[in-house]
Amino acid sequence: METTIRQTWAFMFRGYHLTRRYISWVIVFNFYALVTSATVALIGVAAQDYQLTLTLVVGALMWNFMSSLYNEIAMSIAYERWEGTLEYTFMAPVSRLIHLTGISLFSLFNSIVQTLVVLIGLLLFTDLNLRGANLSGVLVVLGVSTIAFVGLGLMAAALPVMSPERGAEATHIFQGSMLLVSGVYYPVEVLPKWLQPLSALSPATYTLSACRKLVGLGNSGSVPGNLMGAPLSAVMRELIILALMGAVLMPLGLWVFGRIETWAKRTGKLKRTG
Amino acid sequence: MEFPAIQVCNLKKSFRKREGFFKKSRLWALEDVSFEVHKGETYGLLGPNGSGKSSLIRILSTLLTADGGEVRLMGHSLPKEQEVVRRIIGRVSVDAAFYKKLSARENLLYTALLYGQKPGEAERRAMEILEQLGMEKTKFSTPLEEMSRGMQQKISIARALVIDPPLLLLDEPTTGLDPKSRRDVQSFLEALRQRTGTTILLTTHDMAEAERLCARIGFLAHGKLVAEGTAEALKQQAAAATLDDAFIKLTGEGLSKDEEPQKEMGVLEGV
Ligand SMILES: Nc1ncnc2c1ncn2[C@@H]1O[C@H](COP(=O)(O)OP(=O)(O)OP(=O)(O)O)[C@@H](O)[C@H]1O
Ligand SMILES: [Mg+2]
Repeated sequence: METTIRQTWAFMFRGYHLTRRYISWVIVFNFYALVTSATVALIGVAAQDYQLTLTLVVGALMWNFMSSLYNEIAMSIAYERWEGTLEYTFMAPVSRLIHLTGISLFSLFNSIVQTLVVLIGLLLFTDLNLRGANLSGVLVVLGVSTIAFVGLGLMAAALPVMSPERGAEATHIFQGSMLLVSGVYYPVEVLPKWLQPLSALSPATYTLSACRKLVGLGNSGSVPGNLMGAPLSAVMRELIILALMGAVLMPLGLWVFGRIETWAKRTGKLKRTG
Repeated sequence: MEFPAIQVCNLKKSFRKREGFFKKSRLWALEDVSFEVHKGETYGLLGPNGSGKSSLIRILSTLLTADGGEVRLMGHSLPKEQEVVRRIIGRVSVDAAFYKKLSARENLLYTALLYGQKPGEAERRAMEILEQLGMEKTKFSTPLEEMSRGMQQKISIARALVIDPPLLLLDEPTTGLDPKSRRDVQSFLEALRQRTGTTILLTTHDMAEAERLCARIGFLAHGKLVAEGTAEALKQQAAAATLDDAFIKLTGEGLSKDEEPQKEMGVLEGV
């Protein structure tokens, strides 16, 4: 048990010190996330449409959280591969479950920080008043969604084990597709008919739909300063789907990672030099 | 029952090589390699570039899966008992792979935690090792990227030893080091073996190093173990005055065999 805690801590320790040394990059990324989110939210402000603004703000926040979680997990393996330390991590007597849990926990922490930065920034750019929104419900939905996104992240993380460059390409393509089909800034109904089935496959679709209901979007009684956030019971369908997706994607992610690791060891793909 | 520290039997490993669009061929990195290393022995694995030394060490380190053959480390067979094996091996590779932005201390503590060790103890041990390797304490908090290759390689050795493994796999640990650093590392390895009885598998291109450190030496050429014995025995076998000459004589043969397919390829490319 003590060993397990130390091993999990190893990844936090590493993440913390890397963040410290790359702090300027961390600031740049957070700045960029903030600015893109604010730009999107200001479209709603310009249109003087509170519902639209709120839709964009919810979309920006959720997307920041989900994409950064997914990305951080994928990138941490790519980074190890790139530094050549992945061989040493794979050599250590640490189970893949602990390794990936450690990475995921640190990524989750990072994503929360980045989302908070964006939230604070958005509060400065728009006169957002969330009174009446069911924020605790939003947290529950995010908590449940996290499991599914970690699963997707783990699959993405397996790609750089095969090839750092190809892995990064595939990660971005997948992330872009998810942004398109999940209806981050618009209802999925506006997508072309042939794309709509895909949106049903993305966990983000359900996260967003649930969060919108919970902050009171789509409820005609909602007015600025007095939103009519739905109770958690109103998003049960989304919660159940998200929980099921998590229950499938998380083990699937671990399995895919394991398979690719085995393949890499057979074909000699872990090697960097020497 | 007494068993050897390293037991390698008919080990085979091939890599797929792409030749053109559809054609793929197999490149044999290791063909039927067998040898044993006794507990507390230092065994040198010498061979020309591309002879399969690193592939062999990767297989022993659980980073590469063999195509066939048997490997037992301290009696535990790979890949079945890799979880156990990982607790008893330390590896140093020719390229010191680290988080280059992190300090030596951070890198070593990360490793210690990864092996489930108490950070305080691990740090103390790492400091001791680095001192024995002739490194100043002040360097401990310098980022790796600001260190010379020699220093990085010393940290790499300290990393392998943080867990106090009974088995050390060293892939060209002194390549690229200046004579003084090289001697530091060699003396350290000698002392370590005498003090703790650590078994060491060492690859090197430095014949003097092999003669100094290794009780026995195996010559690897084109994935085959072509000769094995003490440095003296190898010299006698090759009727050579120096280990250098013995190396060239014993590993030089069969070179044409490997070159042939390449020539064929050259012709194909020309077409
Ligand atoms: N991961 C890999 N993928 C494909 N081929 C590989 C891989 N690793 C090694 N090889 C090939 O296997 C052969 C043996 O390589 P290896 O690195 O084991 O040699 P080596 O004896 O360590 O050489 P050197 O002295 O240059 O370090 C070489 O022909 C090499 O090209
Ligand atoms: Mg090598």
